[in-house]
Amino acid sequence: MAWAGGLRQNFPVNDEMAILIAESAVLTALLSAILPLFFLNRPHLQSLVAFFLLGGSGLAAAWGGGMALLLQTTGQVVLPIGLPWLHVSLCLDPLAGFFLFIVGFITFTVACYGSGYIREYIGGQLSIGTLTLFTGLFACGMFLVLLAADAFSFMLAWELMSLASYFLVVFQHHQPENRHAAFIYLLMAVVGGAFLFLAYGVLAGFSDGFSFAAMKAADLSPTWATIAFTFAFLGFGLKAGIVPLHVWLPLAHPVAPSHISAMMSGVMLKVAVYGFIRFVYDLLGNIIWQWGVVVLLVGSASAVLGVLYALMQHDLKRLLAYHSVENIGIIYIGLGLSMIFHATHHLEIAALALIAALYHCLNHAIFKSLLFLGAGAILQQSRQHDMETMGGLIKKMPVTATCFLIGCISISGLPPFNGFVSEWLIFQAALQGPILKSGILGAMIPVAAAMLALTGALAAACFVKVYGIVFLGRPRSAEISEAQDPSFGMRLSQMILAVCCLGFGIFPTWVVRAINGIPESLMGTGLSSVTDNGWLWLTPVSPQTASYGAPAVFFGILVSWLIVFVFLHPLRRDNRIRLGPAWDCGFGPLNSRMQYTATAFAMPLRRIFSFIWLIVEKVEPAGPGEAPRYLLKIDDRVWLMFYVPIGKIMLKLAERASRIQGGNLRVYLSYSFFTLLFLLWVIV
Amino acid sequence: MTGLFWAIAKTLIVVLAAPLMVGWVKWLKCRLQNRKGPPPWQPYRDLLRLSRKHVVLAETASPIFRMAPYIVFSVTILAVSTVPVITVQLPVAALADVIALVGFLALGRFFLSLAGMDVGTAFGGMGSSREVTISSLAEPALLMAFFTLAMNVSSTNLSTVISVLGQRDITLYPSLIFSSMGLVLVAIAETGRIPIDNPATHLELTMIHEAMILEYSGRHLALMEWAAMLKLTLYSLLIVNLIVPWGVALTLVTGDLVFAALIVTGKLLLWGALLAVSETIQAKMRLFRAPQFLGLAFILSLLGMMSHIILEVQ
Repeated sequence: MAWAGGLRQNFPVNDEMAILIAESAVLTALLSAILPLFFLNRPHLQSLVAFFLLGGSGLAAAWGGGMALLLQTTGQVVLPIGLPWLHVSLCLDPLAGFFLFIVGFITFTVACYGSGYIREYIGGQLSIGTLTLFTGLFACGMFLVLLAADAFSFMLAWELMSLASYFLVVFQHHQPENRHAAFIYLLMAVVGGAFLFLAYGVLAGFSDGFSFAAMKAADLSPTWATIAFTFAFLGFGLKAGIVPLHVWLPLAHPVAPSHISAMMSGVMLKVAVYGFIRFVYDLLGNIIWQWGVVVLLVGSASAVLGVLYALMQHDLKRLLAYHSVENIGIIYIGLGLSMIFHATHHLEIAALALIAALYHCLNHAIFKSLLFLGAGAILQQSRQHDMETMGGLIKKMPVTATCFLIGCISISGLPPFNGFVSEWLIFQAALQGPILKSGILGAMIPVAAAMLALTGALAAACFVKVYGIVFLGRPRSAEISEAQDPSFGMRLSQMILAVCCLGFGIFPTWVVRAINGIPESLMGTGLSSVTDNGWLWLTPVSPQTASYGAPAVFFGILVSWLIVFVFLHPLRRDNRIRLGPAWDCGFGPLNSRMQYTATAFAMPLRRIFSFIWLIVEKVEPAGPGEAPRYLLKIDDRVWLMFYVPIGKIMLKLAERASRIQGGNLRVYLSYSFFTLLFLLWVIV
Repeated sequence: MTGLFWAIAKTLIVVLAAPLMVGWVKWLKCRLQNRKGPPPWQPYRDLLRLSRKHVVLAETASPIFRMAPYIVFSVTILAVSTVPVITVQLPVAALADVIALVGFLALGRFFLSLAGMDVGTAFGGMGSSREVTISSLAEPALLMAFFTLAMNVSSTNLSTVISVLGQRDITLYPSLIFSSMGLVLVAIAETGRIPIDNPATHLELTMIHEAMILEYSGRHLALMEWAAMLKLTLYSLLIVNLIVPWGVALTLVTGDLVFAALIVTGKLLLWGALLAVSETIQAKMRLFRAPQFLGLAFILSLLGMMSHIILEVQ
């Protein structure tokens, strides 16, 4: 790539530098976990040290990752730790660098936010030390997953990430529903980890050794490759939260402290996406088109169901968690398209779809973290998480409100913000469907595009609801009317993310040019024409086919706004704006209970898509002297369809298995003895 | 540079002519219903009157409420600027394709619905809730219809679409017929016409668009109304220029342009007349029948795309 070549000439570095910086990020994260434990009785200092180091490690990771991505370097290091015959080997290539940048950047903003946010825990029953320890380990685990270059260290880092995040989810353990959510999360993480073991096991069986380089060289028959793909799809999908494996996500993400929710929703899901891309594109290599179809279908289902479930939620953080399911679905749609085009040797379009999916990873990390941080600010100020108690916050928290609005527009996929660009790129890839000349695929890709269009429209509807109910109108409770903008660090982190939402939306050509190195290194083809027409125009296929001039669009909106403003002002004779009460139909003063509620707002959509949910709706008639009560319960159908039967079967099997549980030590020892004998017989 | 000049001139003309389009439909509708009706230029008088009036702002209104009319109006202008009206030689068309056009309209609607919820009255919330419900069903159908056109000419650029379709022989493409029908249904829903919404009503329980802008007054209301007129004109232009692409000038020669202007005006007037007739012969439907209407639009658009892929791709 000429551009990367030019950069390398200007900044002469050796290939090892990026990975050295990344390693220092890992060490700093580890330090941020351990060092605060020495100041256990000085919580303020403890949180300061922890978040300072965490922010530093985030910056270092973003620096190292960004360097590997922009300069197209691949650095490798073997650390003399681990098993005697299996050292931990790390590798930082453009793909890992891209995700390391995302994780590092979000970790940095979360660190800016965290020290202000956890102030409310200081002096409470919960230990700050626990929180900072596991936050550091969580970040460290995520960095290591991205850097790992062999299956052994990958799984080790993966489990570190899962376990550390479990302890963060269960941090506020005094509430039973939090413990329940954390248990389900742990269960799903363990099952997902088991699937990954199997996936790597299949690959390791065909290659000599556990290193990724050896696995890449392995020659798998299509059947075995498909088996490995299935395990990897399930294992990574469990962590990424695709439907129907998403059930832990809306439970676990809202109950963690908000800055942790931002990290889990914003970046941990991306780490799972990274694992999936690494496994399928890099380790397996020969993609079969049926895999792409599965990914495309599951992605479409996740996108639509995720946004529909989100529409029905009143708990702000749970709503955002369901939107993560939706956005992971959009990313999987991009990946599915890319895999289909890759398998049918349309590499250029495959690169386009992959770039779109990666771009959406970046965007989702930014706006989802922004929204979770905003929700956290509200939670900290008012201790309210139910939207039905909020309202009118735009006047109490102007900075949070502005940043949150930008997040809402971005996640709804509206121009000129970043969410639009990645969805636009996915649409452009989908519109190339007819070149496949295959009936099934040709029919499936447009349906996926239709699902994506529906998702975007419903997401916009959902975020009108969120913003309208939470920030506009009148306050619906006393706690909300006393909220204020949070501390400086918390405002700063939201502002950084909001500026990024706009920046990555206005200058997409630079982002695409940077990401372009990833398909080049993974499948040998990048997008040749995407930025041919200068930084102003994004032309994914060719200028005749489609173009989007993001800076010009932004400029156009500004200019036309200015013209309207300037030309309409002289028309009025005087400048006064009169204030008056809102129209109350002549029935006396309006109060906050007369506003539309979140439930009422989503009611038409609830009625239209009623077959999606399990809805129990009833009105209890009024007794003497009391008001009638309206009850509405909306449940996830997936839970009943998949998990309740599986749970029942597991319980039954456990009952059967409990017969061998004699309770006698000698019996157990003999079990171990016979197992050992059996294994020896198998091996020898 | 001449291209840019033409683009700006075209946008200005459409923006200025939009009230006439609405006035024409209203006048014709009145005639068809044996009423005398206001003259077609009445909307201009209304806009002028509103823009001279004081703004009365609700005490509970936030900055969003005051920003929204400007955002809605300027985004709609930007959307208009990307649509070829009398010529396909349009430098601005490269700025945003048809997906971005849908995005602009969605951005405008986002702020319109927020403005409805801003004051905190039941009407505003009701209007916003209905608006987002209807548009979240209409938008996918619209995108599907556009995708069918885009696949037909392998471009999402409106200028390319119109010039390729306009230069084709008059042949029956099943995909174009289906997607045109979908496009018309969506346009009716999105511009708030009968049978989805009634632009003439102020009856609280039936209105959608009017409920959202109930709290607006003065120049803010003028902008909101003008934006709505502009949106009707925009959809009308899309319909007449995409379904009947003949007559749009392929060059920037003055003679061609004048001819094209006449033809496009004629097409618009005809479409307005069709709209007036259809609004006279049918009644507004219940809100909860709207999903069926939009579902039909979606299925038609999807059928169009399927028939393109199955029948027309060689």
